[in-house]
Amino acid sequence: MRFLDYFYRGRRKSASVAKDRLQIIVARERNRAGTRDYLPLLHQELLQVIAKYEDIDLERVSVNLDRRGECEVLEVNIVLPEDAPGHDAAPPRRVASGLFNLGAQS
Amino acid sequence: MARVVVVTSGKGGVGKTTTSASVAAGIALLGYKTVAIDFDVGLRNLDLVMGCERRVVYDLVNVTKGEAKLSQALIRDKRVEGLYMLPASQTRDKDALDFAGVGQVIEELKSQGFDYIICDSPAGIEKGALMAMYFADEALVVTNPEVSSVRDSDRVLGLLDAKTQRAELDLEPVKAQLLITRYSAQRARKGQMLSVEDVLELLAIPLLGVIPESSVVLQASNQGTPVILEESTEAAQAYLDVVYRFLGQERPHRFIDDEKRGIFRRLFG
Ligand SMILES: Nc1ncnc2c1ncn2[C@@H]1O[C@H](COP(=O)(O)OP(=O)(O)OP(=O)(O)O)[C@@H](O)[C@H]1O
Ligand SMILES: [Mg+2]
Repeated sequence: MRFLDYFYRGRRKSASVAKDRLQIIVARERNRAGTRDYLPLLHQELLQVIAKYEDIDLERVSVNLDRRGECEVLEVNIVLPEDAPGHDAAPPRRVASGLFNLGAQS
Repeated sequence: MARVVVVTSGKGGVGKTTTSASVAAGIALLGYKTVAIDFDVGLRNLDLVMGCERRVVYDLVNVTKGEAKLSQALIRDKRVEGLYMLPASQTRDKDALDFAGVGQVIEELKSQGFDYIICDSPAGIEKGALMAMYFADEALVVTNPEVSSVRDSDRVLGLLDAKTQRAELDLEPVKAQLLITRYSAQRARKGQMLSVEDVLELLAIPLLGVIPESSVVLQASNQGTPVILEESTEAAQAYLDVVYRFLGQERPHRFIDDEKRGIFRRLFG
């Protein structure tokens, strides 16, 4: 065990990595009661469109459903790839982002 | 010529997906273009174990139904060159896959230059498991040193001999090799667990390797890393040995005895 502790020192605890990964994927797949059941499909179709642009890393795309007061808001963030070489050092990270107001849940 | 390899067991939870991820990664590390296909329809898992779950857009069912091109569904691994995965569908429809569609996908993978096609079977001996094994040239039979697992493996060996394309076309039978996983040499020595020898005697197929029970396996799957990439751990070394043997190199068996001069060292070492 001491060897393993040494081996994993300095890394994040693997269980917390697991939890983060699961939260993302479960939210994407779950049909939560009380929310619109087309959301997993909408999420999937958004990813299908985004995936056509091969430069975009799907791991850096987030789709979240949030409540803002009475309304549900779908938030999409896409981290765009770095510019081609030749650009100034450390270009600002470019993010495309959109908020879709889904209105009040009946 | 491409080889189709099914990783199968009958019993659930014995280490098929862990093995599929590591064997596929290991073969790719050694320079072969390799794809791991998740056949566990409804219970997709291989993507998590390989750490590419966020990049799943289309799946095997989409491809067999013509809803997506193979190239759209294949996910290229970021760590290992030449390693790809094809995810399972999350549909609840157990009949979503059909033999003809799967056969077409496998043909297309072959024509795209894949050297090894690793099929991660679902548990059980129903349609899903039969689908995963049908096109196989070789089988890795994953067994835990435990009574129900050994019995299930024996049943699976019967299916490999009867229910595969090779069997139906009267070709050379599927080449089955045994992988004993979650093995504790210490418990076997104390007589608390079936020994490698016991399992081999019962199943009577060649031993490809023994993977020790190891906490690193869980840590690796937490992170989405095939455990074979956790270099210098016992589990990784055991899987690497397995890959070398699978590709035809001789490697002494390790992790079988916890005493230096056990019978297996003398036989195989
Ligand atoms: N050598 C090992 N040491 C310790 N734990 C292991 C080992 N191999 C597999 N496991 C653990 O056993 C569990 C089942 O493994 P895995 O998912 O690979 O099995 P499976 O045969 O694919 O299961 P299923 O039949 O449900 O598809 C996992 O929690 C995994 O981390
Ligand atoms: Mg599995």
